[in-house]
Amino acid sequence: MRDFLEQQWWLVVIVLGSLAPLAAQFVSRGFLPTLRTLDRRWIFLLMFWAVLVPIYFVGVTGRTFPEIPGALAKATFNEIEKLHAGDPVLIAFDYDPSSEGELSPMATAFVKQCAEKKLKMYFMALWPVGSQLADATIDDVLKSDFPNLVYGQDYVNLGYKSGNEGVIKVIVTNLRELYTTDSRGTPLQDIPMMHGIQNIQQMKLVIDISAGYPGIKEWVQYAVTPFPETIHLVGGSTGVQAPQLYPYVPRQLPGLLGAIKGAAEYEKLVIDKYGGPHPNPKYLDGLRRMGPQLVAHLLIIFLIVMANILYFADKRRESRS
Amino acid sequence: MKRTIPLLITALGGFVLIASYFIPPAQSWGENVSIWFDILSSIAFVLGGANLLMSHLKSISDRKSGWGYSAVVLVSFLGTLFIGLGKIGVHPSPQFPNMAWTGYYREMGSGFWFIYQYGYTPLTATLFAMLAFYIASAAFRAFRAKNVEAALLLGTAFIVLLGRTFAGVALTSWIDPSKWSGFKYFTGLKIENLTVLIMSVFNTAGNRAIMIGIALGIVAASLKVLIGADRSYLGKD
Repeated sequence: MRDFLEQQWWLVVIVLGSLAPLAAQFVSRGFLPTLRTLDRRWIFLLMFWAVLVPIYFVGVTGRTFPEIPGALAKATFNEIEKLHAGDPVLIAFDYDPSSEGELSPMATAFVKQCAEKKLKMYFMALWPVGSQLADATIDDVLKSDFPNLVYGQDYVNLGYKSGNEGVIKVIVTNLRELYTTDSRGTPLQDIPMMHGIQNIQQMKLVIDISAGYPGIKEWVQYAVTPFPETIHLVGGSTGVQAPQLYPYVPRQLPGLLGAIKGAAEYEKLVIDKYGGPHPNPKYLDGLRRMGPQLVAHLLIIFLIVMANILYFADKRRESRS
Repeated sequence: MKRTIPLLITALGGFVLIASYFIPPAQSWGENVSIWFDILSSIAFVLGGANLLMSHLKSISDRKSGWGYSAVVLVSFLGTLFIGLGKIGVHPSPQFPNMAWTGYYREMGSGFWFIYQYGYTPLTATLFAMLAFYIASAAFRAFRAKNVEAALLLGTAFIVLLGRTFAGVALTSWIDPSKWSGFKYFTGLKIENLTVLIMSVFNTAGNRAIMIGIALGIVAASLKVLIGADRSYLGKD
């Protein structure tokens, strides 16, 4: 840390320089009066630095905080780990680029673990741009690091279908009623790995990466609940959605990754097993993003504490007067 | 007739779906109803597009305040539609090299890919990222321990905020049974363990109660719709 500050002294100067007028206000007008009339743009600036400096720090030093995988991350990892080479796995990309920051690290890690396990991957999406995100992950992971895997034999992108939970309801019993081609328009009968696949009950595992509706909740309600013996589901979700999914853990949802913290824990497990001595930085995105999250959370706590100091000071002054 | 047929379709669809869940031989009926639903939802995209066009064209023609934004929406919508449907910048498929429009509309370098990659993705990601600034500002302005309930909420928020980062681990790393055996009774007080406890016990219990309540409400509301007692979804006309 000290070396970083010494080498990047200019950054320290810019950060402190940008906050100098605020410090001057505190000195000239006093602590509480400044806090009482604090312009929200100062808060925006503090948040800007709270996110930017750790991103820069992680980018320059390559250092990340140590992560201890929790029970849910381990359960998610183990659900995939216990599958055998050649087992079919459905991976649903139910999110859009607005949630990419939280969800793409877990999507990358899911696909890497599945590829390392030599599972047959069937990608699909209930969100309109989910198919593009699946393509991006395929390019990023499968095409670059697993060039021996062949499209149509080892993985296929079935693309997006409209209908939300209606799609799930149909494909649990008859996939071909809705899907006649893959996302590129190739008929399913021309795709070798689709031979014999009639419905998603044949999948050994369903992995859903979800940012809301339709997402994990709908997969639980319309796939796992009617077919608890044949459909097994794990998933990754955004932080705001995760609390609503805990009630389904562990019976209907044995594994759940919540937000970037869940992604970082799961990444750690995947990298420890499959990353080798020098893992590619693209598989460490979750761990790298824990840095900005730490400082941003600390800033929010600091702001709340300051606001409450102001609140109690004002309350005391009112009661005295 | 205008109201009776939609009512019958709703009732028929709903009861068939209920029957298909409980009666295995009726499962294929449920599949058919679900496929009708998927077809209707696809058609809804066309209706949605038409509605978007009409409402924004009206905003522009009436010169309502902010009509410039409507113009941006229309240009973006029609431009994306034209580039996507026209497969602008898409090379012919290797299987049919002499036939135009046989390529994949989302192929790298195509117009649609360009819009998605350099327009849609950064715009949506930026909008979502801006939430962090507003959350920080809102936390400062609104999150006050005004009463016991608010103080409890505040304490819970602090524990979860810290527990979702390395700070939680670092702050209570001194509760280490290897340093003093008595600490083995207090490991539950580590912030990361408290976070798990809050999420898996208090949050789960609260959410389950809410979900069961909502589910019972949905059953009652759905039955009213299916038997035609509630017709508000049909509109006023």
